[in-house]
Amino acid sequence: MPFWKRKKEDEFISLGLNRAATVEEQVIAQKPDEPEAGFFDKFKAAVTATRENIAERLDSVIGSRRKIDADVLDELEEALIGADIGVQTSLEIIDKARLQVRRNQLGDVDELKRLIKSELQAILDSTASHRKHGTVASETEVPLRIKPYVIMVVGVNGVGKTTTIGKLAHRIKSEGNEVLICAADTFRAAANDQLAIWADRSGVHLIQQRQGTDPSAVLFDSIKSAKSRNADVLIVDTAGRLHTKTNLMNELEKMRRIASREVESAPHEVLLVMDAVTGQNGLEQARQFAKSVPVTGLVLTKLDGTAKGGIVVAIAKELGIPIRYVGIGEQMTDLVEFSTEAYINGLFD
Amino acid sequence: MFEALSDKLRKVLKDLRGQGRLTEAHIEAAMREIRIALLEADVNFKVVKSFIDRVKEKALGQEVIGSLSPAQQVVKAVHDEMVEMLGGTSTQLLFTRRTPNVVMIVGLQGSGKTTTTGKLAKLLAETQNRRPLLVSVDVYRPAAREQLSIIAKAIGQPALQAPQLNDPLELCREAVRECQLTGYDTLLIDTAGRLHVDEELMHELQQIKQETQPVEVLFIADSMTGQDAVRSAQEFHDQVGLTGVILTKMDGDTRGGAALSIKEVTGQPIKFIGVGEKYDALEQFYPDRIAQRILGMGDVLTLIEKVQAEVDEEKALELQKKLAQNQFTLEDFRDQLKQVKKLGSLGKLIDMLPSGLFGGLRITPEQSAEMEDKLKLTEAVINSMTLQERSNHAILNASRRKRVARGSGTSVAEVNKVIGEYEDMRKMMRMMTSGGLGGMMGGGGLGSGGRRKATKRRKKKKKR
Repeated sequence: MPFWKRKKEDEFISLGLNRAATVEEQVIAQKPDEPEAGFFDKFKAAVTATRENIAERLDSVIGSRRKIDADVLDELEEALIGADIGVQTSLEIIDKARLQVRRNQLGDVDELKRLIKSELQAILDSTASHRKHGTVASETEVPLRIKPYVIMVVGVNGVGKTTTIGKLAHRIKSEGNEVLICAADTFRAAANDQLAIWADRSGVHLIQQRQGTDPSAVLFDSIKSAKSRNADVLIVDTAGRLHTKTNLMNELEKMRRIASREVESAPHEVLLVMDAVTGQNGLEQARQFAKSVPVTGLVLTKLDGTAKGGIVVAIAKELGIPIRYVGIGEQMTDLVEFSTEAYINGLFD
Repeated sequence: MFEALSDKLRKVLKDLRGQGRLTEAHIEAAMREIRIALLEADVNFKVVKSFIDRVKEKALGQEVIGSLSPAQQVVKAVHDEMVEMLGGTSTQLLFTRRTPNVVMIVGLQGSGKTTTTGKLAKLLAETQNRRPLLVSVDVYRPAAREQLSIIAKAIGQPALQAPQLNDPLELCREAVRECQLTGYDTLLIDTAGRLHVDEELMHELQQIKQETQPVEVLFIADSMTGQDAVRSAQEFHDQVGLTGVILTKMDGDTRGGAALSIKEVTGQPIKFIGVGEKYDALEQFYPDRIAQRILGMGDVLTLIEKVQAEVDEEKALELQKKLAQNQFTLEDFRDQLKQVKKLGSLGKLIDMLPSGLFGGLRITPEQSAEMEDKLKLTEAVINSMTLQERSNHAILNASRRKRVARGSGTSVAEVNKVIGEYEDMRKMMRMMTSGGLGGMMGGGGLGSGGRRKATKRRKKKKKR
């Protein structure tokens, strides 16, 4: 399965309108939806790159006991909180477990683990039904006639927006799409230089202006440029901003307005980038950003560190924002699609 | 966002009033709330545990001080313990007579090392008469060195330019040599950011430390960090040996529990906090203020200090004199608004106050922005007037008002409103000064005469 699914399928399929598809076309059409090679291994390696995960902690309390008692539940609660899942969410999960223990519905620790996993899974899966009206869950939902597909990347300072864009551009470009990057971080010193190096590495064009220019102006130029080049995807870098700065949040809102005026239903995706070490403030970040721009998904970066980014669970639960991509390393290809299963298993195994 | 801890505790301890001592029951009931509050503020759960044990021990059996409720008493115990834990007093950077004094800046990726390096250089140069040289040895992240050069230029301090060197150690040696040749007495080394699992880069930090023998190794920590703060701080401390911590991005609305976690595991003092994107937004760290913030009790001291620092006393005196002579002009009105603006975002100011002060009133960022917009508009209107008009608003006839509206990009109605507000204020001030108590800027209360007049006026307004 390719990374970028918004393929120019029409190039193949439209040929088949008046005749049967050729063998090659059939092969392409029937390519099974398999994750890319090594995906699970990579993902798991990143998530488990920690010295103590939840399962290990549980095992250490349980020892030879097989029965679930208060100590086990306390330890589990701390393990969940320790993964930044949040007090509220952790307490709710534990309360559920406690109830089941009291009713003797949970026989042993394995069943307890299974319960927690399914609870987490349910929360992360629930985002599909909570999705805000008018936002997309994936690139395939936007009709192919709309070009360019506009992705806005937002977030607080230092979470890895620019790096994420570099990786995203590389991956989409390497699958044969024409990609353009809009350097709308006109505030931070040398932001353009950093982006230029990334763009250069993957051979993607970059539209930029002087430091201090109105980012909306850069965006406008970029859209014009993308249209004249017939680019498939336009990725917009924005300056890092704390969600408490109203004027900067208004600036984002303006960019959204410009995008939607110039391209139908743009921005098609607004990715909120979040550092895996972020604590409970992440929830407030997501809440505030979602007020200014229609955030369609999260990108969880630096997951290859020791932090697990559990705050995304709280965000999924409270705000229904799904996680789209995960940054798991420093290489150009180290940005993968989020997999609920791989993530939860990584926390436990 | 969060219900203040003191409010929660008040509810929990409501039934326990009228006892002379804090009993086990008081404390047990309170500790659950405190635990949740601390965890929500991102204090590490292990740190929370040991912290609560200590507070329990200290609080048990304490006599309830006459004027405090049990709830307040518990909060006080928690607050005191936290202040003690966070370091007791604020700490300065300590320099020796060596040339140069090396300050190493280390931390995770994206914590704000480069920006903080710039802020610190500016602070040291301006407040401690140091002559800093900046050098970035981050040869990995694209454009990291350019970023520091640009920042150095912006703050007017020198940065080492050596694009030919690509080895961190070489760069350090060159920077030290440069300092000795030119007499820079402080060398700030901005190191590469890293995820602490990276042993190779940890090794590089050790080598730099060995080579430059820094007087300070400062760990830059993002105040929004969650439970992992403990682990990264511990790792850096074990591997490199820290002498202090700087917390960044404190201008957001994070409670900053990471401060407590980091202090607990490293034992090193938190020296500064970063509070904005401008290069002078680096402040001294005061344990009592952060303790109040973690507990959700506002930040009154910072506010008071801010007001004292920003309000120009000379101007205030002058204004007082003018008031006495009834010469308060539009220009003075504008100056006064400027003083308010200098204090920063109004929402932020009000957030610093404990929630009880305004009966739980909270200003939303939107409201605050609206108020700030209004200040800006008023200033623009006054700026568009001639000097003559500013000193005597009576001459502002219809045609002049039209001109002012055009000049300030507003409407005549808005100009009228500004003038109306000014007149109201002038009247109010006259009333106060005629009350004989030297005006509001003097800090005295309302004179009795003034108060009577003021209430009369209010009544009149209601009738209308």
